[in-house]
Amino acid sequence: MVAIQLFNEIGSIFLNTPTFALVLEALLLLSVIWLVLHKRGSGRRRYTKEEEDYLIEQYEPEPLVTETDPGHPLLRKRLVQSRVGKQIVVDGHDCLNLGSHNYLGLLEDETILEDACKSLRKYGVGSCGPRGFYGTMDVHLELEDRIAKFMGLEEAIVYSYGFSTVASAIPAYAKRGDIVFVDESVNFAIQKGLDASRSTIMFFKHNDVNDLERLLAEQEKRDQKNPKKAAKTRRFLVVEGIYLNTGEICPLPELVELRKKYKLRMFVDESVSFGTLGKTGHGVTEHFNVDLDEIDLISASMEGAMATIGGFCVGSHFIAEHQRLSGLGYIFSASLPPMLAQAAISALDRFEREPKIFAELQEKARLVQQKFGLFSKLILRGNELSPVKHLYLSQSLGENFEAERKLLTEVADKCISRGVAVVEAAYLQNIERKPVRPSLRIAVSRLLDEADVVRAYDIIESVSNEVL
Amino acid sequence: MGNLETDAAAPFEQSYATTNGNGKPANPAMEEEEDHETLMQRKFSAPAYTEIKTRKNAAKVSSAHRLKNIANGGYHPAKQLHLNGHAKTAVSDREFKSSQADGVLSPEQEHYQKSSFEEVPLHTACLTYLGFYLLMILGYINQLLFVPKVAKEKGRDGYVALYDAFESFYSRYVYRRIRDCWNRPICSVPGDELTLKDRVTNDYGWSFKFTGTQTRCLNLGSYNYLGFASSTGTCADNSEATARQLGLAYCSSRSELGETQLLADLERQTARYFGVEDAIVFGMGFATNALNLPSLLSPGCLVVSDEKNHASIILGLRLSGATIKVFKHNNMRDLDRVLRQAVVYGNPKAGGKPWKKIMIIVEGVFSMEGSIVRLPEVIALKKKYKAYLYLDEAHSVGAMGPNGGGVTDYFRADAKDVDILMGTFTKSFGSAGGYIAGSKKLIDFLRANSHAHCYASSISPPIAQQIYTSMRIIMGEDGTDIGRQKINQLARNARYFRKRLAQIGVITYGHEDSPVVPMLVYLFSKIGAVVRTLTTRHIAVVGAGFPATPIMEGRIRFCLSAAHTKEQLDYALDVIDEISDDFGLKYSRKPKDLNPIEY
Repeated sequence: MVAIQLFNEIGSIFLNTPTFALVLEALLLLSVIWLVLHKRGSGRRRYTKEEEDYLIEQYEPEPLVTETDPGHPLLRKRLVQSRVGKQIVVDGHDCLNLGSHNYLGLLEDETILEDACKSLRKYGVGSCGPRGFYGTMDVHLELEDRIAKFMGLEEAIVYSYGFSTVASAIPAYAKRGDIVFVDESVNFAIQKGLDASRSTIMFFKHNDVNDLERLLAEQEKRDQKNPKKAAKTRRFLVVEGIYLNTGEICPLPELVELRKKYKLRMFVDESVSFGTLGKTGHGVTEHFNVDLDEIDLISASMEGAMATIGGFCVGSHFIAEHQRLSGLGYIFSASLPPMLAQAAISALDRFEREPKIFAELQEKARLVQQKFGLFSKLILRGNELSPVKHLYLSQSLGENFEAERKLLTEVADKCISRGVAVVEAAYLQNIERKPVRPSLRIAVSRLLDEADVVRAYDIIESVSNEVL
Repeated sequence: MGNLETDAAAPFEQSYATTNGNGKPANPAMEEEEDHETLMQRKFSAPAYTEIKTRKNAAKVSSAHRLKNIANGGYHPAKQLHLNGHAKTAVSDREFKSSQADGVLSPEQEHYQKSSFEEVPLHTACLTYLGFYLLMILGYINQLLFVPKVAKEKGRDGYVALYDAFESFYSRYVYRRIRDCWNRPICSVPGDELTLKDRVTNDYGWSFKFTGTQTRCLNLGSYNYLGFASSTGTCADNSEATARQLGLAYCSSRSELGETQLLADLERQTARYFGVEDAIVFGMGFATNALNLPSLLSPGCLVVSDEKNHASIILGLRLSGATIKVFKHNNMRDLDRVLRQAVVYGNPKAGGKPWKKIMIIVEGVFSMEGSIVRLPEVIALKKKYKAYLYLDEAHSVGAMGPNGGGVTDYFRADAKDVDILMGTFTKSFGSAGGYIAGSKKLIDFLRANSHAHCYASSISPPIAQQIYTSMRIIMGEDGTDIGRQKINQLARNARYFRKRLAQIGVITYGHEDSPVVPMLVYLFSKIGAVVRTLTTRHIAVVGAGFPATPIMEGRIRFCLSAAHTKEQLDYALDVIDEISDDFGLKYSRKPKDLNPIEY
C-alpha cells in the first residue's frame, strides 16, 4: 500500500512540474556529466617522455637544510654535571640552582627515587608498547586513579611526554571549523596543539579579559548573521594557570564568567600551576576558589612540580575518556616508563602527606619577588606567588631581541661562573606565533632559604651591572 | 538479539563478563600443584571455549586430543612462572641465515619472492562487509531502543555538542563490544611472557572490574624485539645506578639546563651505530616525528608519503604545512609515477613552479603490515628525482639486519644514502625516546631549529642509560656476543614463525624476515574472538581493526622477540593451528609446504 502511495506521489510531482523546469533539470544533469568526464585528460599541458626526462634532469631542489651558524645560541651547550637539586654543577661550577623547574625540590626526595628503583626492578625500564597493546601497567592505572582522586575529578589520563599532553589534548576536541579563543602568551606546546586542530584561532591580549570579551562579542555578531553555522561551531577557551612565558596567573574568575556567558568550553594548562598554587597544590582553581565543574579540562605536565617525565589531563569522565581514542600522543606513543609513573605516584604521596610544602614554596616565591624586584638594570615580571619569573633588561633595545638575548646570555654565563645558575629562556623566535622578548627565566625552588636568595641577588646584581 | 551478530562476538561478551575460568589464582604456587587434568577441565569449562566447541562438533575429538598433547608435553606459560622462559634452546648455527637480503635476485624480484600477500577471498570480503554493517545496524537499534549508558556532560546545556555523532556512536556501540581486547593492564615486565591483570565487565564493556586474579601469558604483543625488556641484568643494573647518581629527571629542556655528558655520549654512540656523522636524541618517539618534520619542511615543499605511514608522521606533516601526496603501500611503480608528476608539473598552487624540496617518507618495517620497505629501489628513485629520503625505523632498528642496524643494514645499503634516519628507542632498545641520525649539517640544523630540542624536556637519566647500555650490547662493545645472539635469535624466530603460519594455512601479510606478523582474520568479530580465545590459552596478542586498518582487513598481530624460545613459539603455533580450525581462519588458498619447517 505504502509503495503504491509513494509511486502515485512521485507521479503527481512529475505531472505538476512545468515542462520547462524538467528540460532545464535534464540539461543541468547533462552538463554535470559532461564536466565530470571532460575534466579528465585536459587541465594541464602534456609533455612527451623526452621533455619529461629533460625537466627531471633540470630540476634542482633546495638543499635539505640550510647551513647553521656555528655560533647559534642553541648549539652552545651548558653541561650539567651533577644530579639536579638545590645545587647544580654546570660546566664545572657548583651553582645555586635558579634554572631547573624543580619547584618543590622533589628531585632530591630519596623516597621517590627508592620507589622508582623498586618499580624498575619489577617492570624493567621501558614499557615496550602503546597503552592499547599491553603497554598499560597497573602503575599507569594507579597513577590515573590517584591524580583523579587528588583533584577530586572523575578521570585522569596520563601521557608519556609533557609536551605532547596539551598538544594532543586540544586537537582531540577542537576540529576544523571550530573556534578557539586563546591568550596570546601561551606556551609553545599549546601553540602546536592549536596548529594541529586546524580550528580558527582568535588570540586575545595577554590576561586582558576586556579584549577577550570584545572578540567574543564580535563573534556573537557573526553568529547572528549565520545562525546555522553557529549551531555547529564549537567554541573553546584555552589559557594557562601560570604562564610559562610570563609568570603571570590567569584571571580565572573573570574568564569563567565569560565562559558561561558565551558558552565556551574551557581548557586550562596547569603545567606550572599544578602542585604550586593553592593551599594543597591543586592549582589555579584552588587559588581562586573556583568550582572545578566550571573548567572542562585541566592538563599539566609532570615535568615541573612532580619532578618526573610525562603529563596528564584530568576532568569529567565524559571529557577525559574521549582522549583514549582521540589523543594522538596517547594512542600512538609508547606508554610512560613505569618507573617514572611510579615517581609521579610517590610525588602525589608526598603532596598528600605534607601539604605544607606548597605554602613553603609560595613563601619562597614571594621572597624572590621582593628581592628580585630591586635589580637596577633588570626588571622582574611574574606573579608574586608564581615559581616562574622572568627578568628582562630594564632598558629595552626596542625590537632588537637578538641583541637583548646576547646580553642576557652573557649575564647568565657570568652568573654561572660565579655560582648562580640562571638561564635565558630558550625560544625558536621565528616559529613562535610572535617573537617573545628574551628574558632570564627564574625557577624558584622550595629549598631556597633567605640567605640563598640574598646571595643570588647580589651576584646577579653585580654581574648585570658589569655587563649592562 | 546478540545472537544475530556475526560469528561469536555476543556470546563471548557475556561469557567474558561472567567467566573466570581463564583466570589464575593470584598465588602461582597453587596453580602449579593442580594436576593437568583439572587444568584442562577448567579450560574446557570456560564458556567462551565451550561455545566454540559446540558450534564445531566434528573437530571436537581430534582437537581435544591435540590440546592434551600441547598441554602435557613441552611449554605452557601457566606452568613456567619461575623459569621465565630464558632457558634458550641450543641451536646449531650451521645453516643459519642472518637477517639480510640475499641480493641474488633483483631487489624487485626478491621483494615479491619474500613478501606474502594474498587477496581476500570474495565471499569473505562480502561476509566481512555484511558483518560490519550488521554490527552498525545493531548498534543503531541498540541506541534507539535502550537508553544509552553514557556519561552525560554536566552543566553544559545549550552548548554545541562536543563530539561528532558518528565518532561517539562508533566507540560506544561498535568498538565497545570488543573493548576488552585492548588496553589490557599488565603487572609484570613485558618480556617473553607477561602477567595480565584479569578484569571482567558486567555491563557489556561499558566498565571493567578487576577480579584480583592474574593470568600468565606468552607475550606476542609487545614491541620487545631484541628482548631488552627485563628487570634484571646489565641494562637494569646500569639504569638503576644512573638513577641513583643523576636522579630521575632534569626538570628542564635540553636547551636550558638539560644537557649532560650521558646524552652527548648517547648521541655519539647512536651516530656510530649507523655509521653516520652525528645524531640527536629526544625524549619521546612520537614527538621525534611530530616535532621535527615541521622544522625540515615548509609550505611549498612536497612530501611523498607511503599510505601506511604512522600517525606521528602524518601529524608532523600536518604541522609543517607541506603538500602531501600519498603513494600506494610499498608500490615502487606508484612512487615513481607520483615523483615523476611532481617534478615535471611542479607545484600547481604556485603556477607550476618547481617544488622547493621533495621528500619521500617511508618506514623501515610497517607496524600494521609487517612489510619491509623496498629500500634499494626507493634509494634509486630518490637519486633519480633528486628527492630527499626520510626513513622511520621505529620497528626496524635493532630488529633488522645482521648487525641490528635497521633496513639499511638489511639491504647492505649505505646509510648515507638515506638523508634522515629516524627511529625510536622504545622497541628494540627496551626504553623510551627517539633519535634522528644523519649528516652533521642536518643535526646541527635540528639542534638549532627542532621544536623538541628547544622546548621539550630532556630524557630522564635512567631511560637514557638503558638505551646506551643496550646499544653497546647490540654493537658488541660490552665484550660479549649477547647482542649478536639476540639479533640472530630474532631472525630465526621470525622466519620460523612465518613459515609455520603459512603451513597452517592462515593468510599473513608482509616480508618473511620481518618480526611483525599480521595474521588476517578479516571479520571484526573474529578479532575479538581470537584475542579472547588466545587469552584463555595463555597467549597475549594484539588485534587491529577499523579504523586502524581498512574495514575489510581486521587482523591479529604477532610481534616476535629474541626472548622467545622455539618451545614457546611451537606452543603458540599449535594453539593457533587449533583455533584456526574452530574459527575458520585458514583462508589461504596457496599450496602449502608440508615438509617440517626447520628452526
